[in-house]
Amino acid sequence: MHEILIEEKILARNDEIAAENRLALSSRGIYSVNLVSSPGAGKTSLIESMAQHLKDLAVSFAVVEGDLEGDFDAKRVESRGVPALQITTGRACHLDAHQVAHSLPWVFGQNGLELLIIENVGNMVCPAEYDLGEDTMITIMSTAEGDNKPLKYPAIFSASELLVINKIDLAPYTDFDIKKARENALKVNPYLKIFETSCRTGYGVKEFATYLAGLAKA
Amino acid sequence: MHEMSITRSMLDIVRREMEANDIHALRKLKVRIGELTAVEPDTLKFCFDVAIKGTPFEGAELEIEEVPLGGKCRDCGGEFRITAFDNRCPKCGSTDIERVSGDELDIISMEGD
Repeated sequence: MHEILIEEKILARNDEIAAENRLALSSRGIYSVNLVSSPGAGKTSLIESMAQHLKDLAVSFAVVEGDLEGDFDAKRVESRGVPALQITTGRACHLDAHQVAHSLPWVFGQNGLELLIIENVGNMVCPAEYDLGEDTMITIMSTAEGDNKPLKYPAIFSASELLVINKIDLAPYTDFDIKKARENALKVNPYLKIFETSCRTGYGVKEFATYLAGLAKA
Repeated sequence: MHEMSITRSMLDIVRREMEANDIHALRKLKVRIGELTAVEPDTLKFCFDVAIKGTPFEGAELEIEEVPLGGKCRDCGGEFRITAFDNRCPKCGSTDIERVSGDELDIISMEGD
């Protein structure tokens, strides 16, 4: 019996496919984002709220939706006139690069696409480990969650470039301390760019959409 | 389950290596898990035991090397364990630090015959 040295990342295969996805998307001029959050923080709502702003900014975009079951989210997005593809993962609690690779023929069929939004399964743990090939990871947290969320889920906040604090309109009715939440987020990742939004009132949505448009058009 | 999908990926690599090295029975698998991955060692062991039941890997032992979240100070060069996200060097107090360990998710080696 002998020991065989392997020294390989367990998720090496996922990383390989993610790299292929990244190349395939960028070579076609498509900017991609991986939208993550706890279930119910407002990923789909944010996409719906941003839709008109992105159209006004002449950004051609499409959405790939990841959920365990159903096509509720894809239908919601489509009803805003945005092309959406639903991936049902069954029991997997996160999207992986392989699933995104399978969606790419559909993505590339959307002519003139500049921005791809991948809405991940609601989960703040696993998406941090599974590179999908995106350009930017965006985390959403809401004021209906704890303001110490970043400290409890450091990996996802560390892996993200943008943070959206959503449901700002609810803040007066919860114990959520926006200042503390921002401090906690920056403690875990000093490079995070933070936005505050309310999909209900529209607060901050145009600013966020404009920023995304800037990334897509760059 | 997070640990279950990681176990599946681990076994894909093991299967490949067993074939490449003409090994028929797996005895031990050593992995390295960083603190930041939120992979729970006990859960991973449990998932591993469940996944290998009734397979050629059954009976193999999973050994886990846990790696803490580690930082290095860019100012004084000091290395330290990062706790509670206190991103300051304990030696000189600088906040110019980089994370040097803690997000590993690697297969180190395997033993078999």
